[in-house]
Amino acid sequence: MIRFENVSKTYEGQSKAALLNVNVEIEKGEFVFLVGTSGSGKSTFLRLTLREHRTSKGHIMVAGKDLNRLPNWRIPQMRRQIGTVFQDFRLLPNKTVAENVAFALQVIGKPRAHIRKTVPEVLELVGLDGKEDRMPDELSGGEQQRVAIARAFVNRPMILIADEPTGNLDPGTSVGIMKLLDRINRTGTTVVMATHDVSIVDQMRKRVIELENGHVVRDESRGVYGYQH
Amino acid sequence: MRLNYILSDLGIGLKRNLSMTIAVVVTIWVSLSLFGSALLAREQVDLMKGNWYDKIQISVFLCTKDSGGRGCSGAEVTQEQKNRIQQVIQTNPDTAPDGVFSESKKEAFESFKKLYKDSPIVSTVTEDQMQESFRVKLRDPTRYQNLVSAVAGLPGVDTVQDLRQYLDPLFKALNGLQVGALIAAGLLLVAALMQISNTIRLAAYARRREIGIMRLVGASNFYIQLPFLLEAVLAALVGAIFACGTLWVGVYFVVMQRAQETFRVWQWVGATETFRATLIMVVVGLILAVIPTFLTTRKYLKV
Repeated sequence: MIRFENVSKTYEGQSKAALLNVNVEIEKGEFVFLVGTSGSGKSTFLRLTLREHRTSKGHIMVAGKDLNRLPNWRIPQMRRQIGTVFQDFRLLPNKTVAENVAFALQVIGKPRAHIRKTVPEVLELVGLDGKEDRMPDELSGGEQQRVAIARAFVNRPMILIADEPTGNLDPGTSVGIMKLLDRINRTGTTVVMATHDVSIVDQMRKRVIELENGHVVRDESRGVYGYQH
Repeated sequence: MRLNYILSDLGIGLKRNLSMTIAVVVTIWVSLSLFGSALLAREQVDLMKGNWYDKIQISVFLCTKDSGGRGCSGAEVTQEQKNRIQQVIQTNPDTAPDGVFSESKKEAFESFKKLYKDSPIVSTVTEDQMQESFRVKLRDPTRYQNLVSAVAGLPGVDTVQDLRQYLDPLFKALNGLQVGALIAAGLLLVAALMQISNTIRLAAYARRREIGIMRLVGASNFYIQLPFLLEAVLAALVGAIFACGTLWVGVYFVVMQRAQETFRVWQWVGATETFRATLIMVVVGLILAVIPTFLTTRKYLKV
């Protein structure tokens, strides 16, 4: 589903590489934690997967497509297959919960009937049925993140990328979000989640890829956050 | 692609940047008005040239009792003198073949009456006061000097007039007007372009959340650009419509109401030319709005 082949990335004007010779293969339906300190290259990894930046060296294949060979006008199509969730939720404050989710379908030109059918379904999946007409600032952080996940998942993407989705949430709420991501993963969606949250990684026992200074220093299935000595 | 989402986006965008949008509209309005005036000035020159430059003539006015020209002796020109003058003109190498027409007092009076038919001056002038003349067509309208000097001063010749002498200053003035209007229009259009790109930068910043999410969920670039393009097109269209209105009002009051009445001798630009000019203005306005919008949005909405 996602394959990094000898990928290096050096940002313009910087001498140090953000990623260096990274080789990673993530299969369809996997749940992968991306761990490492700030500046270790997690965000770069995710941005390259979304083709927000190009690699400096190497190739990235996403859903069978070589991102380096993808012309600019095809990028939007590619991104429709990837849902994205962030630490800061990124909801539109002037739209209701349902409108925020519907927005993701509207702007890619989905028919209204499809939107009317899909949005309540996905809101129910994330446990927000009954809160469709609330505004984001009337919701708790956990609920806001559920809206963001609903928005990311509403178009049934093959891949869900989550960049520290529990970073702003208390531990109890985080568990709920992780359960939700796990449920989405069980539908066959590949989930890649960058996180600092030790207890979550330790509890879930999923594949862990650890980055340090742009290198992959660990790649274990059923791993934990820290090194096991 | 759903029209109502796009339209609601457009409404929000316009409201958000109302003052900037108004500034763009006004700038486009004024610059297109000037551009249109320049177009009309050119049409006017063409019209006048079409009317006169083909038939450009030297007019040789002959003596009457009252004229005080060099070749006049206080008496009417005699038939003998007339024959002599006609012969000089006809044998001059610069005169076009069959290019000599004589105008009698009667003919001169007729055309005078036609020209000033609404003016009270007609009643004070008699046929006898008119001047007989020879109208000469030249082989090459620019080579008039030779004939003028050959004829001027012959007995019976009062004055020799070259039309170019009268028209050239007018054409120069119209050309100057046209160049001036084009320069001013150009400067204003540059200002309009910068305003448009500035407006878009502000609008893109104001909408950065939406745009960020649109890019993230895979909205096409065109879809993201569309509200900006529509905004610019709408502003340009409103500005262009105002400019067209301004031009029509100008043509109506300045040309149709005044110039046509005062200077009937010439043909003036009218509805046809104005219509043509307004069409060009609208097209130019739209192109000038769409191109910078397209480029600026590409820059600020970069995928």
